[in-house]
Amino acid sequence: MTPATKDEIRDAFRRGSAVAIAAAPFAVLFGAVAIDNGLTIAEAALMSATLYAGASQLVGVELFDHNVAPWLVVLSIFAVNFRHVLYSAAIAAHIRHLTFWQKATSLFFLTDPQFAETERRADAGIRVSYIWSLVLGLSVYVPWLCLTIVGGLLGNLISDPKAIGIDVLLPIYFMGLVLGFRSRANWLPVVLASSAGSILALHFVGSPWHVSLGALAGILVAALMPLDGDEATVGDVVEGEA
Amino acid sequence: MDTLFHMQTLLIIAAGAIATYLTRVGGYVFITRMKRIPPRAEAALNAVPAAVLTTLVAPAAVTGGLDVSLTMAVALLVGLRLSLLPVLAIGWVVVMVLRQFIG
Repeated sequence: MTPATKDEIRDAFRRGSAVAIAAAPFAVLFGAVAIDNGLTIAEAALMSATLYAGASQLVGVELFDHNVAPWLVVLSIFAVNFRHVLYSAAIAAHIRHLTFWQKATSLFFLTDPQFAETERRADAGIRVSYIWSLVLGLSVYVPWLCLTIVGGLLGNLISDPKAIGIDVLLPIYFMGLVLGFRSRANWLPVVLASSAGSILALHFVGSPWHVSLGALAGILVAALMPLDGDEATVGDVVEGEA
Repeated sequence: MDTLFHMQTLLIIAAGAIATYLTRVGGYVFITRMKRIPPRAEAALNAVPAAVLTTLVAPAAVTGGLDVSLTMAVALLVGLRLSLLPVLAIGWVVVMVLRQFIG
């Protein structure tokens, strides 16, 4: 193993661990909520292992309990996860050099933080390698799965996340990710449009559609902005160096 | 087997997992099929992180109640200076303190 590879593994593990810590309460919460809604621990673990998408898992188990038609549960999961379509399109230029199976496996781990870290690495002009993606993904995935089981064993010990203040952790965490991109072109107009779009859509259309509709508002603003001399976009720079 | 898994739940999880994986590869497959990405599409893709992640923040910040809104405002201010983990810690302390006072 070359020193450069070791550095990549260390960087991926360090970043992945920070993500895992921030996501830990939600893995436990998911396990507890799942058991509360009638799933077995094995089913909750299977869901974490195969969906590996926190928000949609919580939405899914909430619906399990309400005698909702199975296809509607699956559709809701799909709707909550629809944003990943945009993620995989956005990082396409950064992972194009990987082999088919490398892409097929690393895309399985494409969560919000995995996406944000991949974009950040590409922003810094560093080539996104398979080993880096995989270590980053696994260092979030393994704790996520283990803590789901812990949550299931603890049962409804933390049935009220508000009481212990962990309900604000995820929004704060995502806000930190948003702030991390503030040097990008059109950042402020995009954030303002997405904020307004998602708040209005939540009010008039409802969840989870406010995510896709709000994102669309921000993306449209970016697409309609005048294309000026700033055109050395991030994707181009990275492709040039790769 | 019956105590570990229920058939209908298993099928929902399997379908949900497939649907989720399709969203994770779908954008890549779509965009790489395009011969050339127009500059405006490039600008749109460049905006994806801020545009999507914002929708996971803004509604929570305005509909979560006064305690959550104030906490998010504080987190925004410290987030301009500090890195993620300290911001999370500060946010957690702020919301716990606020809930002591405004219930």
